[in-house]
This record gives sequence, C-alpha cells and structure tokens, in this order.
Amino acid sequence: MSDNLVIETRDLTKAYGKFTAVKGLNLRIEEGEVFGLLGPNGAGKTTTILMLMGFCEPTSGSVRIMGYDPVREPIRVKSVVGYMPEKIGFYDDMTARENLEYTGRLNGLAGSRLTARINELIDTVGLRDRADQTVGKYSHGMKQRLGIADVMIKQPKIAIFDEPTSGIDPEGTDQVLNLVRTMARQKVTVIISSHQLHHLQKVCTGVGIFSRGKIIVSGPVDKLGRDAFRKGNYNIVLPVAQLTDRVRSEISRIHGVFSIDSIADSTIVSAEEDISGEIERVVLEATGLKVQMKVEEFELEEIYMKYFEGSGI
Amino acid sequence: MNGLLEIFRKELADSFNSKRFIILFLLVYMAGIATIYIAAQNIRGAVGDSTSNIFLTLFIVSGSNMPFSFPLFMSIFIPIIGIALGFDAVNSERTSGNLSRLLAQPIYRDSLINGKFLAGLTMIAILIVSVIAIVAGLGLRLIGVPPEAEEILRLFMFVIVSILYGAFWMSLAVLFSVLFRKTSTSALASISVWIFLFLFMGIIANLIAGAVFPVNQDSTVARVADYDSLYRMISRISPGTLYAESIQAILVPSMGSSSPTMMMIGIYSGLMPSPLPLSQSLTLVWPQLVGLVALTAVCFAVAYIKFMREEIRST
Repeated sequence: MSDNLVIETRDLTKAYGKFTAVKGLNLRIEEGEVFGLLGPNGAGKTTTILMLMGFCEPTSGSVRIMGYDPVREPIRVKSVVGYMPEKIGFYDDMTARENLEYTGRLNGLAGSRLTARINELIDTVGLRDRADQTVGKYSHGMKQRLGIADVMIKQPKIAIFDEPTSGIDPEGTDQVLNLVRTMARQKVTVIISSHQLHHLQKVCTGVGIFSRGKIIVSGPVDKLGRDAFRKGNYNIVLPVAQLTDRVRSEISRIHGVFSIDSIADSTIVSAEEDISGEIERVVLEATGLKVQMKVEEFELEEIYMKYFEGSGI
Repeated sequence: MNGLLEIFRKELADSFNSKRFIILFLLVYMAGIATIYIAAQNIRGAVGDSTSNIFLTLFIVSGSNMPFSFPLFMSIFIPIIGIALGFDAVNSERTSGNLSRLLAQPIYRDSLINGKFLAGLTMIAILIVSVIAIVAGLGLRLIGVPPEAEEILRLFMFVIVSILYGAFWMSLAVLFSVLFRKTSTSALASISVWIFLFLFMGIIANLIAGAVFPVNQDSTVARVADYDSLYRMISRISPGTLYAESIQAILVPSMGSSSPTMMMIGIYSGLMPSPLPLSQSLTLVWPQLVGLVALTAVCFAVAYIKFMREEIRST
C-alpha cells in the first residue's frame, strides 16, 4: 500500500440473499482527492459508502480506511471520517448550534474550544443569522449546509457525502459545492456520490462510474473522456482555419502527433500525449505569434451516457 | 464509555423538556395524591384494632368513592410510563435521519441504546421515587402516624420493585422500537402486549387451569390447590402478575402466602397468619423479582443484538 492511499478496498462484495449489491470492488483513493461516485440508482454507490463507514459488514473482501478496518476498529475510522448521509436529519426541536454542540461533544470536544469551532463553522457555511433557530424551521438547503458543518466539526481527514446536492435549488447547490471545494483545499479527501454529473465535474479530481455493483471505469474526468471518445489520445484545438505548410510540418514532427485536421474555423491536432506546450513553442518559433489553444474537454454527461449506451439502464 | 455519557445526558434533558413527560408526571402525581387522600379517610376502618404497620396500610386502602388503591394504580401507570419512554427510542432516530449521523461519530454503537436505556431508567426512578415520597409525605400529614423503620424499608422495596417493573416495560418498548420502523407501529405493539397481559392473561390462565383441573363445589382441597397452582403458574407469565404478587408480599406483611388456598386453609384451621418479618417477605418475593429482571434482560438483550447487527441506512 502506498503511503498516501487513504481508502483501499479489495474485492469488496456485499450480497443480500441472491442479490449482489457490490461485486468485487477495488477502489483506491489517494490523499487529497475529490472522488466522485457515479452511477444509476441501485448501482451500489450507497452500499459501498455504508461499508466504508462500517454501517454494514462486507460479505467478503476488505476495506481499509487509513489502514483501519471499519468493522473491527469503528472508533478509529469514525474519528477521521466525516459522513453526511443522503437523508440527513437533525433534532428539529434543537437549534443548529445545539445540534452541532451535541455532535462536537460526541467527538470529545467541549468548552470554549467547541464554542469557537462552532462559531467558525457557522460562519463558513453561512448560517450565522439562523444559528439560534430551531432546525425544524430550516429549509432543505440550509440543512445540507448544516450537515457539512456537522461533518467538519471533527476536522476529518476524509469526508463522505452521499447525494449532497439532491433536491436543493441551484444557489444552494453552488454553496454546497463551494464548501466541498473549501474542504478539498484544506487537504481533506472527499468522496461524493451524485447523479448530478455536471456538479461532480465541477469539483472532482477523479470519478468512478458504477454499474450493477462494479466500477466499470475510473479516473480523472478528462482521461475518461479521451478513453471513451478518442481511444486515449489528446485532441488539441487551435483556433486557426488553416495552418501554413511550414507550421503544419513542424507540428507533425512533434513526437506523438499522428494527425492534423482542419474542421470549420479550427485545426485539431491529435496526439498520444498532451503536447500543447510544444505546439506553442513551435508556432512561436515559426511565426513569432502566440497561439491560443486548448485541450479538448469532455462533458461527464457524455462520458456517462457513452458507458450506459444501450445497456438498458 | 465512548459517547455513553453524552447520549445519556442528552436523552435525559430531552425527557425533562418534553411535553409528554410533563403530562405523565402531572397525571401520576394527581392520581397518587387522590388515592392517598381517600385512603386517609378510610384508614380507621381498615386498620381496626391492629397497632402495627399502620403507615403501610395507608398505601393499600381503597375507598368506596375511589376503588383504586395506590399499588393498583401504580400497576396501571408504570407500564404506560415505561412504554412512553421506550417506544420510539431507536426508530424515531432512524426516521428523523439522525441515526446515521450519530453513528458516524466516534462512539460505540451500543452507547446509543445503552444511553437511552439508562436515561429512561433514570426517568422512571425519578418519577417513582418522587410520587412515593409525595404520597408518603402527604400520608404522614393526614394520619399523623410516623412509619416504623421496617415500614420505611418496605416502602423502599416497593420503590425498587416498581422501578424494575417500569424497566421491563421500557425494554419491551425499546425492543419494538428496534424491530419496527414506524413509531406508530411500535407504540401500538407495546400497548397491545400490555392490554393482552392485563386483560386476557387471567382469562386464559383460568381456561387452561379449569380444563386441566376442573373444579366444582364438591372438589377436594387437593384438587382446588392443583387448579390454583396451575392458574398461578400460567398467570405468572405476565409481568403484571409478578409485580402484583411482589407488591402484595411487600406492602401486606400479614399476607403470609399469596395463595388463596393457603388462606382458605388458614381460615378453616383457625390459624390466622401473623405479620411476616421483612426478611421473610423478601424471601417470598425473590422469585418474582428474579422473573422481572430476567424478562427485562431478555427484551433488552434481543433489542441490543438486533440493533448491533443491523445495517444503518439513512432511508
């Protein structure tokens, strides 16, 4: 196991009678990653999360969270892992502050340290004005934000969010995603499951696509796109309708380039690696001009649809 | 100990703040005061020429305008209190979405159920101790006869047995709160068990015992005794019977045996039993106490095991 691997599952399997919810899952998540779990309902995302948390026992296989087994060493795991369930609830007759205090105390925090931490978190999630209201009066989006504060109170190394953006308005979604980014900046490893693909694309460094209990593909979004649509190759788009012959031959001599096509107003250079830096240098040497270019990007949505095309899901 | 103390503290605070318990407390206090007031008015007739255990008599006398004696009334209210404390212990946490969140904290899973059980037990103890203290204090003022040392000890035993009885009903209700997802189902199930044991256990015991040992006017004493012992054995399945028998032995020292057959023999032979010392009364109720504790332990153990093995989903 490499040093910075914080979550590792080996052949993780969970069966309910004849139905196998998760089949031989091998998940490896490194420190600082924001990893998205994608897939249709019933693909095994939540069951995987439950096994990571030790909320249900694997039928076979193993889970290691920072080296600990969630079933055998639940306290150690839960001291470092924060979890926000899909249908999060708070004590409705208690204020937001009281709810956070309770969670804090369960984590062994107390006194002025706890109060300071709660004040800081209430500011972070933007609930300062409403902190002393009972949670029963909160909207769904506010509860989600309070949920994030609830996860952050223990200063987790890993945070797991199950469908954090489902059922909240776009503004609320943005707030939630920003908070996830804030956590990622604080070196927290984040696992986030969602159906809302464009949300995941905004925050994730890597995603895993689940289907029928298995991860069918995983990795950074741009790599998944190249694998799905370009056989793993890079397309670099130059906003130039035609290249001069000289530039064209210079570019074609760069290692890894195998085709240069002009389509409409732009030229697409296909290569085995990301050679945009070298193209920029070549063009600059040949023409004295700095050319704007970008590596072709893919929508997670397209990638997702590609994998589920014709699979009937 | 991880989390147990925090959960215990929170649950206790919740109970004190909830309207449910304010209503229950008021109801129990009012009923307690009413029964003792009536008892004080009727005590002269009940005590007669006896000079011992006058204070205890106060607790067992009922009047024509108030047919409930204090123990009878306790035997009705304690199950309600126990059920009210336990029926939504686990499933309300689940339906409100708090369960997953709580168990994601670094606490042992059993701390939750243990903390809730201990908090409930504390509530029952507070309620029973306070109502008996109020009733005893009021009784002292009304009749002016101070309790003897042994009577105080017997009252103390009464408190202990009542708490055990409450613990049984609470653990049954906690069990249902683990088994059923809906709080309304678990409440109804608890109340059904209570009504069944309260109303039908006697009838069923009577039917079975009557079928095995039919009794009529010409029956021998031995046959009546057989009928009687079978009847009692069956009705002892109900914790209510165990509670009633223990209370009788504790609060009515002259009741040497709780069996009516023995009393009948006593009447025929002209040997009226004299009051038993406390140690003898305790020997008499020991099996009943063990039975109550065992029933409580079984319910709690099943709830505990089920809860520990359960999969914690947020939906």
